[in-house]
Amino acid sequence: MSTVQMKQPRTKKPLVHVLLSAGLLVMSAPFLWMALSAFKTDKELSASPPVWLPSEWTLSHFTQLLDKLDMPLYFMNSVIVAVLVTVSNLVFCSMLGYALAKLKFVGRNKIFALVLGALMVPGNLMLLPLFVLMSKLHLIDSYAGLVLPFAAGAFGVFLMRQFMQSIPDELLEAARMDGAREWYIFWRIVMPLVKPALATLSIITFLGSWNNFVWPLIATNSPDKYTLPVALATFATDPNQSAGSNGMLMAGSLLVVLPVLLVFAVLQRHFTQGIATAGMK
Amino acid sequence: MSTTTGAAAVAAESEGAPGSSNSLGAGSRRAKGPKRRSMGVQNAAGWLFSTPFLVLFTVFMAFPIVATLLMSFTDFGIRNVTDPLSANFIGFENYTKLFSDEKFLKSLFNTAYFVVVGVPLTIVLGLGVAVLLNNGIDRARTFFRIGFYAPVVTSIVAVAVVWRFVLDPTDGLIAGLFSEVGLTAPDFLGNEKLAMPSLIAMAVWRNLGTVMVLFIAGLQAIPTEVREAAKLDGAGTWQELRLITVPLLRPTLLYATIITTIGYLNVFEEPFVMTQGGPSDSTLTVSLDMYREGFNFFHMGYASAMAYVLFVVIMGITVLQLRLLKDNTK
Repeated sequence: MSTVQMKQPRTKKPLVHVLLSAGLLVMSAPFLWMALSAFKTDKELSASPPVWLPSEWTLSHFTQLLDKLDMPLYFMNSVIVAVLVTVSNLVFCSMLGYALAKLKFVGRNKIFALVLGALMVPGNLMLLPLFVLMSKLHLIDSYAGLVLPFAAGAFGVFLMRQFMQSIPDELLEAARMDGAREWYIFWRIVMPLVKPALATLSIITFLGSWNNFVWPLIATNSPDKYTLPVALATFATDPNQSAGSNGMLMAGSLLVVLPVLLVFAVLQRHFTQGIATAGMK
Repeated sequence: MSTTTGAAAVAAESEGAPGSSNSLGAGSRRAKGPKRRSMGVQNAAGWLFSTPFLVLFTVFMAFPIVATLLMSFTDFGIRNVTDPLSANFIGFENYTKLFSDEKFLKSLFNTAYFVVVGVPLTIVLGLGVAVLLNNGIDRARTFFRIGFYAPVVTSIVAVAVVWRFVLDPTDGLIAGLFSEVGLTAPDFLGNEKLAMPSLIAMAVWRNLGTVMVLFIAGLQAIPTEVREAAKLDGAGTWQELRLITVPLLRPTLLYATIITTIGYLNVFEEPFVMTQGGPSDSTLTVSLDMYREGFNFFHMGYASAMAYVLFVVIMGITVLQLRLLKDNTK
């Protein structure tokens, strides 16, 4: 690397920084607006032209919201569903991922083709019969009804297969020579080796479930099984509730978004890496 | 640490193109004795490891896919939710009805509009941000990446709440900018001509991060020697982008275009939370129309036919894109 090439990017940097900063401002303006508005008084919320910084910070929207909506309940529902979906994906997708990457068995290529095909199928195609099925099984308004359709995603299988392919065959062969069973090899040798991939899959699955909107909207009728997004959406569209409560909506949105953004900011490397891996087929 | 492992996995995968068959061949040649003994075991294990996924897949995916097709040939209605088998077979009636249903045709048009405008915008902006991030920034790269990616991991419900304020004609964010320069902001979501572009802007804002991440990964896979060689040969920034970056990014470009197109063809959440398809159906998309027919009016047979028409369109366009974009690489 000569000094000529080292210099060139440096001279470009100011413009790049300006462009990216402007872009970032546009991208994050809605978030800033949400975060600041949640603490504004009603008067400043509807001020025209809009006021960015509240002159007087208030928590009243949060207390109002907690009075009207059982946020802890919806929060727990979202957590329970997301945890169950994540754990089952970690186990089931890894199992199949391992089989596809490291076991030779009749029908393996067919199953892999099935997984790839499943990646392409839009979720909307399944909504109607899924609703009928869940009604017949009496799983509407149940955690099972919210979790089961997402318990083993094709994406997770694909991701785990990709990562597990990099495990050397020799290692597994050696264990087999020593008489280890496949089940043991899977749990004790393979799973510990793919911890980064498991972290990636956990985050992607957890956030996907947390933000999932359409299915929980269909699969819940009674408020005590609402997830956070469904509860907030129902509240936002209920004319009796939300009239004049823009501050409450901002506060509610902030409560929905904040945990996710914090988790994401801390673990974003795993997250974006997983998305990218899936793209590098 | 995790990054290196991930990169290794990616590299391993992309090097040995048909990675799986490769390792299979090598493995069986290498260790014949114990291998043959373990073949039966591996067969059984393979299927045992596949079972949980296959069971869930069959019940919650394969079955619904087939059921939607069957339902699309029936008059499946609300009473059939409790008694599915009593739905009447009506042949292709739902399908013929669809193509004289003006509302459906409008939703097809709206969806096409959303895709044709939204996909190129998302791809170009995502690529632009990725190139900028990859070229000129090193210290604050993570910070920028989080910022651009944050909308992707944000609940659509929260996004809707904020964007309604952004677009509000009286005290919204954009209205504020308008009044700053002495103009009156139009009613973005209440105007038939502006509602769809507003939703597209929102979708681009929401999905740019995904595309950006894909492109960053693709850019980092381009060997630095190639870039340096181009620079030594006197290639400028623009030439480098046009002659090196974009051609070498083709596989990523193809993947990003296909997943963005599929996502946008299915667009549902944006109009659902923002406009409910209005004003006068100007933002009614196929998925939203299907949802309303199915779950609001319980015309589930009819809605199933819509779902299948959309599915066939998606498959057709995906195959077309694969052909068009793949041929260019050769």
